[in-house]
Amino acid sequence: MNSFQTTFGSLQDYEKGGIEIVADNPMYYAFSNIFEVANQSAPYEKVAVAVNLGYVIEAVRLEGQSGWYAAPHDEFAIVMDGEVEVHFIKLADPAAAYTDDSKGSIPLAAQPAGTPMGRVVARRGHQVLLPEGAAYRFTAHSVGVMLIQTMDGPATVHKWGQICLK
Amino acid sequence: MSTAESIEVQASAPSNQTGYRSFTLGGFSFSRDEYFARVSWMAKGQQMSHSMSADAFLRAMMRDVAWGFFYGWVNFDPVIGTRNHYGTVDMYAGSYYPAYRDSGLDHMENFDSRLMMATFKAILDDWTNEGFDPFAAPEEAGDGWHGKKNGNNRAAIERAREACHRMPGLPGDASLRSDANGFPINRAFADVPQDAPEVYAEPGFEAEVSAFNLFAFLSRSDVTWNPSVTSVCGRSLACPTTEEYILPIKHGNDRVEWFVQLSDQIEWEIEDKHTGSPRAKVLMKAGDVAAMPADIRHQGFARKRSMLLVWENATPNLPELYESGQLKPWPVEF
Repeated sequence: MNSFQTTFGSLQDYEKGGIEIVADNPMYYAFSNIFEVANQSAPYEKVAVAVNLGYVIEAVRLEGQSGWYAAPHDEFAIVMDGEVEVHFIKLADPAAAYTDDSKGSIPLAAQPAGTPMGRVVARRGHQVLLPEGAAYRFTAHSVGVMLIQTMDGPATVHKWGQICLK
Repeated sequence: MSTAESIEVQASAPSNQTGYRSFTLGGFSFSRDEYFARVSWMAKGQQMSHSMSADAFLRAMMRDVAWGFFYGWVNFDPVIGTRNHYGTVDMYAGSYYPAYRDSGLDHMENFDSRLMMATFKAILDDWTNEGFDPFAAPEEAGDGWHGKKNGNNRAAIERAREACHRMPGLPGDASLRSDANGFPINRAFADVPQDAPEVYAEPGFEAEVSAFNLFAFLSRSDVTWNPSVTSVCGRSLACPTTEEYILPIKHGNDRVEWFVQLSDQIEWEIEDKHTGSPRAKVLMKAGDVAAMPADIRHQGFARKRSMLLVWENATPNLPELYESGQLKPWPVEF
């Protein structure tokens, strides 16, 4: 009989670790917990939990329906809790959504013109490609959490002082 | 001993006592016996040597080879290790151990990466016996590491690191793992759901509307402490891995890297990169995110096999930017 139990976190059930300092500053580790972050976030608020010279990983609270986004580069979503449906549209005019210099997820004012590409229903542990040149929108019928690997963009929220151990 | 690339690896004939070959790389000598691997060098006119248990040495060397010397420093233990300069590699003994360095008893040499890789692969090949897998967790590694030379385990040590171009499962990209292609679910992840995401792609968009079960993918990893690449956003690489027991090396960073604990927990011992002096211990549980600053070395301890997302920035000039002080060793200030 298998005696191992794999522990994943969720919005309702997570334990946060911590830092024992010997000779250091906790700020250097920017230590946070994505479930704690999402518990304090508005739906689809894209909170940076990791940043590396223009690239970010965002923790996003899934709840209801998001607006439409697009990016001039690939992005990736990993569902960490709950379920989400992602709808995709191939942009008819990418230049209307972003410029060549744009980075990160660009919020769109409305559903863009283009060709429906399909949809994905993803649950915990599933990774979804958010492809370059496509618009996408999230729908979640209950609350959940996902990570997004992307670039630091206009929708990225930096609130390190609120989310990190001090 | 000559490799396919005509790089001359300096190797002795097999020992008539143990069956193992000894190797020379510049001023370093490598030998092993029934229990121990030994690295020797000259300093201040005297012969210096350092011994490790052969299993620990092989586990460390396995990672250094599989990772292509990785980002920055790969410390086999507090005394010996390598530093990657991306084309050349330093081998050192005592250079980041104050008692040796301050006494002038350390030794460091820079080698062409191809020569060092060929030498390390030859050592791994000769010193890894049948019945020992230096990539595996203790319960799966086998007990054949000790004793006189007994065959080899090339199937284990020649595993290639899996790296996607965009995302596994896309046409022409890395394969997903399954029973059929030799990746059964690991015993420690038998309870991880294997369900697939529901993908409904319109005709013509099958190569863009795509998703896969990352946790199921990781549950089928047959190695420990060996990151794969599962998504690429510019220079940003998601490198998840499964971790059990102790990271066989202490990784010294030449850039900031980030950890996202996807399941279970890992304790990280953090030391100063240049001296090994303790700085902190970081306990990460499922959902925790932490940076590993550019001026530390770290070693992880996982009591149960866990899933860790290592997030790297592969921008080529990063080591110089940190080394010159143009970038601070920590990622954010608040």
